[in-house]
Amino acid sequence: MPPAITAESIAESVSRAIAAHNASEGTAIPAAADTALLGEGGAVDSLGLVRLVMTVERQVEDDFGVSLSLTDEKAMSQRNSPFRTVGTLTAYIGSCLAQP
Amino acid sequence: MTTKSRTIFITGTRKGIGRFLAEHYVAQGHRVVGVSREAPDWTLAGYRHFRADVADEAMMRGVFHEVRRDYGGLDVLINNAGIASMNHVLLTPMKTLESIFSTNVFGTFLACREGARLMIAAKRPGRIVNFATVATPLRLEGEAVYAASKAAVESLTRVLARELAEYGITVNAVGPTPVETDLIRSVSKEKIAALLARQAVPRLGEMRDIANVIDFFIREESDFVTGQVVYLGGV
Repeated sequence: MPPAITAESIAESVSRAIAAHNASEGTAIPAAADTALLGEGGAVDSLGLVRLVMTVERQVEDDFGVSLSLTDEKAMSQRNSPFRTVGTLTAYIGSCLAQP
Repeated sequence: MTTKSRTIFITGTRKGIGRFLAEHYVAQGHRVVGVSREAPDWTLAGYRHFRADVADEAMMRGVFHEVRRDYGGLDVLINNAGIASMNHVLLTPMKTLESIFSTNVFGTFLACREGARLMIAAKRPGRIVNFATVATPLRLEGEAVYAASKAAVESLTRVLARELAEYGITVNAVGPTPVETDLIRSVSKEKIAALLARQAVPRLGEMRDIANVIDFFIREESDFVTGQVVYLGGV
């Protein structure tokens, strides 16, 4: 039985995905909400971001038994991307899953 | 360059290259009509603005109707309006494709169709200039949708050149390199530098570079030049 979809359970799922990403890429990206992913001081480059988002997408699908497509017009924007930090990525997943 | 005053219609004139072209052709004594979704924050004697979405068929037909009524026809159409969106294909939503293809492809098509009708009705040897991009021949990563939309514009340009040749209308396209405008503001400095390195002349384009090619396409003497795409920067 998949867990209830809450901010906490999504954050745990994202955390598991980041651990899997770190293991496969040899990186050490912290799962903390304030970890910057994009831009100056960001933990990943643009292609790394794509791989991380794909990993998060699969993890959330597996954990919650849902279909999720993490795409956004501003994906690569350093200012407005929903993927700019771990926290915004987690919140974005929550808003995607809340949509009918 | 001919000194005869002509009616020139330019899309996307609120800012950037469109505004530059409007000023450029007004300065040469032409009557310039422009269109954009929002009103510009500037005015110019000899320039008239219409507010319309270039992809909205009813609005654009209304605009061209007014051009025919007030100017008696059209000599030159410059399809400058365009949008881009830097993204990786795996993170790109369908909404991006819909908006980019609406403005870049549907908007160009609509203006070509309505503009050509005005040129033909007034029996004027028209000139249509579309906007391509170096992103298409460079197969630029991160610009898949933009490059694809402009590839469609190139195909339109080449086929329309043949379909409209019998009416004395030429259809060509200019393919700019990156120019300092809003379109590239969100692209990182590193990406722009890597792109410039792939040009034969590795510098940012300037608006005058684009105007120079359009000046050539729309000359009366260029009636034997059609169906061509000229890329800037040696791409």
